[in-house]
Amino acid sequence: MSFEPKIVGFLCNWCSYRGADLAGTARMKCAPNVRIIRVMCSGRVEPAFIFQAFQLGADGVLVLGCHPGDCHYAEGNYKTLRRMALLEKMLPQLGIEADRVRLDWVSASEGDRFVSIVDDMTEKVRALGTFTQNSEKEKHG
Amino acid sequence: MEEVKIGVYVCHCGLNIADIVDVEEVSKYATTLPAVVVSRNYKFMCSDPGQNMIKEDIKELGLNRVVVASCSPLMHEPTFRGAIQEAGVNPYLFEMANIREHCSWITEDHKEATEKAKALVSAAIRRVYYHQPLEIKEVPVNPNTLIIGGGIAGIQAALEIADSEHKVYLVERDPSIGGHMIQFDKTFPTLDCSACILTPKMTSVGMHPYIELMTYSEVEEISGFVGSFKARIRKKARYVDEDKCNGCGVCVTKCPWKADSEFDLGLGERKAIYTPFAQAVPNIPVIDTEHCAYFLKGKCRACEKFCELGAIDFEQVDQIVEVEVGNIIVTTGYDSFDPTPITQYGYGKFDNVYTGLEFERICNAVGPTSGKIVLKDGSEPKSVAILHCVGSRDENYHEYCSRVCCMYALKYSHLIKERTDAEVYQMYIDMRCFGKGYEEFYKRLSEEGVNFIRGKAAEVTDRAINEDEEGKLIVCGEDTLLCKTIRVPVDMVILATALEPRSDAAEVAKLLTITQSADGFFLERHPKLDPVATMTEGVFIAGCCQGPKDIPDAVAQASAAATRVLALISKGRVELEAATAVIDEEKCSGCRICNLLCPYSAISFIVDEKVSRINEVLCKGCGTCVAACPSVAITHKQFTTEEITAEIEGVLV
Repeated sequence: MSFEPKIVGFLCNWCSYRGADLAGTARMKCAPNVRIIRVMCSGRVEPAFIFQAFQLGADGVLVLGCHPGDCHYAEGNYKTLRRMALLEKMLPQLGIEADRVRLDWVSASEGDRFVSIVDDMTEKVRALGTFTQNSEKEKHG
Repeated sequence: MEEVKIGVYVCHCGLNIADIVDVEEVSKYATTLPAVVVSRNYKFMCSDPGQNMIKEDIKELGLNRVVVASCSPLMHEPTFRGAIQEAGVNPYLFEMANIREHCSWITEDHKEATEKAKALVSAAIRRVYYHQPLEIKEVPVNPNTLIIGGGIAGIQAALEIADSEHKVYLVERDPSIGGHMIQFDKTFPTLDCSACILTPKMTSVGMHPYIELMTYSEVEEISGFVGSFKARIRKKARYVDEDKCNGCGVCVTKCPWKADSEFDLGLGERKAIYTPFAQAVPNIPVIDTEHCAYFLKGKCRACEKFCELGAIDFEQVDQIVEVEVGNIIVTTGYDSFDPTPITQYGYGKFDNVYTGLEFERICNAVGPTSGKIVLKDGSEPKSVAILHCVGSRDENYHEYCSRVCCMYALKYSHLIKERTDAEVYQMYIDMRCFGKGYEEFYKRLSEEGVNFIRGKAAEVTDRAINEDEEGKLIVCGEDTLLCKTIRVPVDMVILATALEPRSDAAEVAKLLTITQSADGFFLERHPKLDPVATMTEGVFIAGCCQGPKDIPDAVAQASAAATRVLALISKGRVELEAATAVIDEEKCSGCRICNLLCPYSAISFIVDEKVSRINEVLCKGCGTCVAACPSVAITHKQFTTEEITAEIEGVLV
């Protein structure tokens, strides 16, 4: 059987979660690998959550927010954008490949965009294989 | 802490979930997780028997946490929160696992879907374990309403609310209310005179004791939240004192300076001091400083000389007015698509190619041709072609159907037939006559002898290839029913142009923190079940700003929006977000990072105590400050780090 990656998705309540709902409502078929955690704003996503996800066995982490300028809370997604830029620099140091973490924007009407992001990411993470480095290191001290 | 007892309910949603997800297995799996006391599955959890099942378990088994695995929480979270509240459990001690939209509806793989459903249920169970009861606070609702845009939708909504004796501020950026509807000649399919049915409503607005009309004004800033918004409105200088002017119009008559009339889309002229049209409400002119000789050259003042009431005031400046309202209705309408970029249709190149809206003005008795359907040279056309879907149903411009063009094209055909002897050709892709009496109107026009040609026009040209085409505009295309190319020589071409979002829709959306759908129109909260609300509580949308629609639909939406506002006014109070952020002042180092991050300025620094504090009324619960606090001093209620961590753990089982 082929490897099915587990991807944790942090989706904001106002745009991207609704976009994901729309994908379902419109019965668009999409990789089932992203398991969604709803936050009110992508601005709530602490970098620590992303590391925790990898520690707990995730193969990838997807953060989705409203398009820049469209944030329900005016500018929460800009804060996310800044945080993620810093985070991206730390990833290689921790042995996490860049393709395992993705920040993107999906509006409430973009079910199709949600599907293409999820499919694309799932494919990339599947190609990278399971993420074991850190947990292996921990196990072996 | 009392012992946590969780009840888990897995919904079949008929076959929507159960067809793909093995609900029995998911339900059985839940019983293996810590603190789960009972786990059941049922056909429709949202039904009364489903809700009663939860309520009975709460009573009999002493449940103090509930998880329902069913549809999106955006659908039924309020239903289940209400149910457990009725059974005496705080509504926040609840969590939903979305195993329909995010699971059974996106895949056909039973195994994957069942595994995913288990993970989502496990996440919800682990998360709900940490939930704490929250208190819902209420604040009063200011009974005043702000309506932005004075077209038919804004007028309708304003009258509905004002008639209940609640104050409305109606803001319109043009000098008069009326919108696009007042530019129309007739309305389809009844052929009512547009002005005849609209002007009584406009007059009512102008005289209504509960409507404060602000024309030639624009909303510049909105702050606050549902129940108590503050709006800053710029009343542009008219240079005419509204209190003194009685609308006699002598200033307009005496003004020697002319400019293109915006109301007639540049087909006619107006004076430098003008009211856009005769029935304008308010009937108070404005001076166009770009064309007024006094403003340009410092001389003239003819209007001032002849105004017996001394109402002309060249010294007037823009005024800033601040109003406080509880709700806002946005009725900003649409722009008519400019067909210039579709060069093959020759708009702007050939004299007698008009847009739909321009033709409305040509038909109108008070329009530039006094209602005579004539060519630029003043002669009557012998043939007219109406080209459908100009800018609509076209991937290069707008993919959507503008909904009204087929019908207005039929209306024009009738008017042309009624007033001239011209042959009328309609080139259409599909005839979409969807409304009450619309199909019948189409039939009537077929009987009136209009030529319907199925096929989108490819080109309008003046290159004649035979004698019949000399001096004509030739519409080229394919008749897709006959499968042959055609050339139709005509005197006049009307482009049934699309309705598109206002060019400044993005700015208005930002002003109100509402969103736009992919087509640029404002996005409703739910496309079917919540068509006039937006994602921002207390801000409603109606009319064409939400999407192209005809007058009856715009009016219906406006009434719906008014009803929503009246419901809030009538209740008199609104619930505040309970899932706010709170600072543990013991842990706060007073670094003030959060102060700057908060988009609502809800966090202030208490200088004496050297800590930051969150105003719960202003906090909207986004959680941005929580993620940024270096001292981990801020807790996001209902989204605590503990809860989210548990959820991460859960989805990864």
